[in-house]
Amino acid sequence: MDFQDYQPREGTDEPADRFSGDPREHLVVVGNGMAGCRAVEELLARDAGRYRITIFGAEPHVNYNRIMLSPVLAGEKTFDEIIINGRDWYRDNGITLITDDPIVSIDRASAAVTSRSGRTLGYDRLLIATGSDPFIIPVPGKDLPGVVSFRDMKDVDTMLAAAAKGGAAVVIGGGLLGLEAAHGLALRGMNVTVLHLPGSLMERQLDEAAGWLLKTALEERGQTILTGADTAEIYGDGKVEGVRLKDGREIPASLVVMAVGIRPSVALAREAGLEVGRGIKVDDHMVTSDPSILAVGECAEHDGNVYGLVAPLWDMCRSFADGLTGKANPYRCSATSTKLKVAGLDVFSAGDFSGVGGGCEDIVLRDASRGIYKRLVLQDDRIIGAVLYGDTADGSWYFDLLRKGECVADLRDVLIFGQAFASGGGAADPKAAVAALSDDAEICGCNGVSKGQVLSSIARGAHSLDAVRVTCKASASCGSCTGLVETLLAITLGDDVQAGSKTMCKCTTFTHDDVRREIVAQDMRSIPEVMQKLHWSTPDGCSSCRPALNYYLLCALPGEYIDDQQSRFVNERMHANIQKDGTYSVVPRMWGGLTNPRELRAIADVVEKYNAPMVKVTGGQRLDIFGIRKEDLPAVWADLNAAGMVSGHAYGKSLRTVKTCVGSEWCRFGTQDSTGLGVRIERMTWGSWMPHKFKIAVSGCPRNCAEATIKDFGVVCLDSGYELSVGGNGGIKVRATDLLCRVATEQEALDYCAAFIQLYREEARYLERTAPWIERVGIDYVKQRIVEDEIGREALRARFLFSQGFSQDDPWAQRAEGVAREQHAHMAQFRPARLEEMA
Amino acid sequence: MIGEWLDIGWVNEIPVRGSRTVPVEGGEEIAVFRTSDDRIFALVNRCPHKHGPLSQGIVHGHSVACPLHNWNIALATGEAQGEDKGCTPVIPVKIDGGRVLICRASTLKAAA
Ligand SMILES: Cc1cc2nc3c(=O)[nH]c(=O)nc-3n(C[C@H](O)[C@H](O)[C@H](O)COP(=O)(O)OP(=O)(O)OC[C@H]3O[C@@H](n4cnc5c(N)ncnc54)[C@H](O)[C@@H]3O)c2cc1C
Ligand code: SF4
Ligand code: FES
Repeated sequence: MDFQDYQPREGTDEPADRFSGDPREHLVVVGNGMAGCRAVEELLARDAGRYRITIFGAEPHVNYNRIMLSPVLAGEKTFDEIIINGRDWYRDNGITLITDDPIVSIDRASAAVTSRSGRTLGYDRLLIATGSDPFIIPVPGKDLPGVVSFRDMKDVDTMLAAAAKGGAAVVIGGGLLGLEAAHGLALRGMNVTVLHLPGSLMERQLDEAAGWLLKTALEERGQTILTGADTAEIYGDGKVEGVRLKDGREIPASLVVMAVGIRPSVALAREAGLEVGRGIKVDDHMVTSDPSILAVGECAEHDGNVYGLVAPLWDMCRSFADGLTGKANPYRCSATSTKLKVAGLDVFSAGDFSGVGGGCEDIVLRDASRGIYKRLVLQDDRIIGAVLYGDTADGSWYFDLLRKGECVADLRDVLIFGQAFASGGGAADPKAAVAALSDDAEICGCNGVSKGQVLSSIARGAHSLDAVRVTCKASASCGSCTGLVETLLAITLGDDVQAGSKTMCKCTTFTHDDVRREIVAQDMRSIPEVMQKLHWSTPDGCSSCRPALNYYLLCALPGEYIDDQQSRFVNERMHANIQKDGTYSVVPRMWGGLTNPRELRAIADVVEKYNAPMVKVTGGQRLDIFGIRKEDLPAVWADLNAAGMVSGHAYGKSLRTVKTCVGSEWCRFGTQDSTGLGVRIERMTWGSWMPHKFKIAVSGCPRNCAEATIKDFGVVCLDSGYELSVGGNGGIKVRATDLLCRVATEQEALDYCAAFIQLYREEARYLERTAPWIERVGIDYVKQRIVEDEIGREALRARFLFSQGFSQDDPWAQRAEGVAREQHAHMAQFRPARLEEMA
Repeated sequence: MIGEWLDIGWVNEIPVRGSRTVPVEGGEEIAVFRTSDDRIFALVNRCPHKHGPLSQGIVHGHSVACPLHNWNIALATGEAQGEDKGCTPVIPVKIDGGRVLICRASTLKAAA
């Protein structure tokens, strides 16, 4: 449709309005909300006298600022303060306002609308601006008194009345609206729980890292936030009493706010036969499929898009008004940005921050102490997306660069620091900015280290990042100044900078040891928290750091940390070994290498039942069943469990096997019960997660038939007791163990073993086996911790046994019962109707 | 009439930073991934290197690390990243009202 179509009909005698003597065309507006009124304002600004205007509103109010309902709920504003246009505005502009009387039908044939109270009014142009309807999830109890949405002043009144009585409220939906509602209700003294189905808050606007920050900030203010929370029903007798989740949890509440989303309000338009997709379809000047009917606001769909924020609506209103006054100004759905204050916290997102298309790069800045997170997504040296949390000052600058598609190659190094820094000479040479700092400028905020102090420590010989960290503490805590310290090193030493010890992976400047230390020092409790506080440069890490972080947290917080399945290598996720053809092999545990007819029969049955092509005895004296399909794993485990067998953890970075010889019970040389001791050790240690795989062996005499001196922990029995040795490895580079000590009793052998394992668990780097670890720290150190320090040994042992209390359940049994069932089931199956289509 | 898009289920049925599979009769399995920012991607479930099942890899950012030898495959393009060279066919996906739809024609073609 072309804009010329909106010219007033000339040359007709017929009066424009059949119901009044006013010769002007009659514009009827359905909806007295933000877009409807703004459209009228735009029109008045262009040609005030051109149309006779009538506005119908369903609400009993004049035009108010819906965005400000949140401050009203929070008690920061009154209703009067959020009115945009008072009664006098309508009067002064000759607009007829009819409130509390929604339009119920449009008769296009006679060009008239009818309202609920029975008013029928003819129109020359009709503007539909009915906004959106809140989406109510169809759970039982959704209609109980005490369940409200958050959309208009009436909802706010209901919430205020409930809050006046106090008690608990549940907000379903952790998007913008839900969080605003929760914030307001919390300020009004209610005890608020937010239920959010996805794993992180505001997932549409924010990435996981920013969502985590938001969640943490809100929890600090006393709200309870449950993510991954799926509502099953709202219960109550005659009124709301609480919400029940699908996992059975119940949260008592006297008020339930549903804020899970909105849907364009299109019923009226659809019944009138207008073209409707998700919203009412409009062209570039907001004209619907009927040339005399237009639509603006959230109810309109332009070029496949509908909107839920005001910024694009304002552009719609401009195009609408230009069109109606005969000027071309086609609406172009533009990239949108969202700058929001959620419960008083600044967030910003723009463009495609999910960075699809190939060749996307992320630039991430995290400043944990200030609670700041910034992420820019670049493609071909252009910004295509941005997420800011905490400091959104540069949002509009980034958005501007994004919209103009400007090449930012020259700014790249300093882009993330914002406009002020980038244009302040830093852009030309990032080093110059640092060089220009005065000697007393603070470099490291955590430790209060000045530039002068860093320089003098470099002058005294600290020629690497690590050395600087050790000597003057700069960058040794949160690490946010690492870049600055590196620049100072580069300025002072040129090419003489020594490469620091290897960082954990490309996502961080920290080493494994730094990360482990900081997790404990700062009491960090989740992977996103570590990534935030330690300034990870990627949004969710990579396949190297995630499994390591998952292990470090698990080790630091036994019984508390919730394991992250998606950060585990496939073998640990599937509790089986992946083989080169994508099938799995399964190793049931045989304690100390012992078995019996029942177990052997169960294994034989499994092999036949699932057509396993091969069974093999492993180097650790267990039976390995090969060629099991992922889908069949739960059934295989159920069968093995039924015969009393549990997972052998042959797939994990964990205790694998305790190999034994027959020992004194049968062997003519045996001095002690090596088999029995092996079983006892395996019972104590099974199920424990480790930095790498861990193997143990017990031999009954120095002939050492169980090859105990190439294991991570080995016991060789002697007449006089037990010889304990550590750090052996039969891998690529064979290493024989170092002697740890001799002990007199079985119990001591067990105690030393537990203490040694815990030391390794707490201090080795992820994927570092005991052999390289001991070569790194020295056997003397291990002896000092385990043999010489009796109190320390006892403490290590106690920590190990404590954490074993949480890890010794059989992962197979849980899976066989259906935990994480979806990991094994296909999502869907596709059978083409005709197979020849495949050709 | 068979639609151009195959409805394979709810977005929520795919774990975040995880994947699910869709076997195709007579052809190759499809792996459907969900990333931490809630985007959905689909690839043939086969690493260009030695045919590792990509669905079993660790999903990070918009890539998946093959479970067999740790090649990183870009979910959007199917291309191996870094020094490695190779490409896995990509299946167009769209989300409609929380349902995941994959392109029928590409599924058939990739599967053939
Ligand atoms: C609590 C809250 C906070 C928000 N915060 C922000 C924010 O921070 N930033 C932002 O950009 N956006 C925010 N929004 C969204 C913003 O308010 C909407 O995008 C904007 O109001 C949409 O304008 P609209 O005119 O299309 O719809 P509305 O403003 O909803 O107006 C539609 C009007 O039409 C009336 N109506 C419906 N059907 C009929 C009928 N048949 N007859 C007569 N009248 C009818 C309705 O009663 C309503 O008054 C927020 C929304 C809410 C509810
Ligand atoms: S290690 Fe000694 S006790 Fe054990 S089987 Fe060999 S010879 Fe016998
Ligand atoms: S098969 Fe995928 S990396 Fe080797």
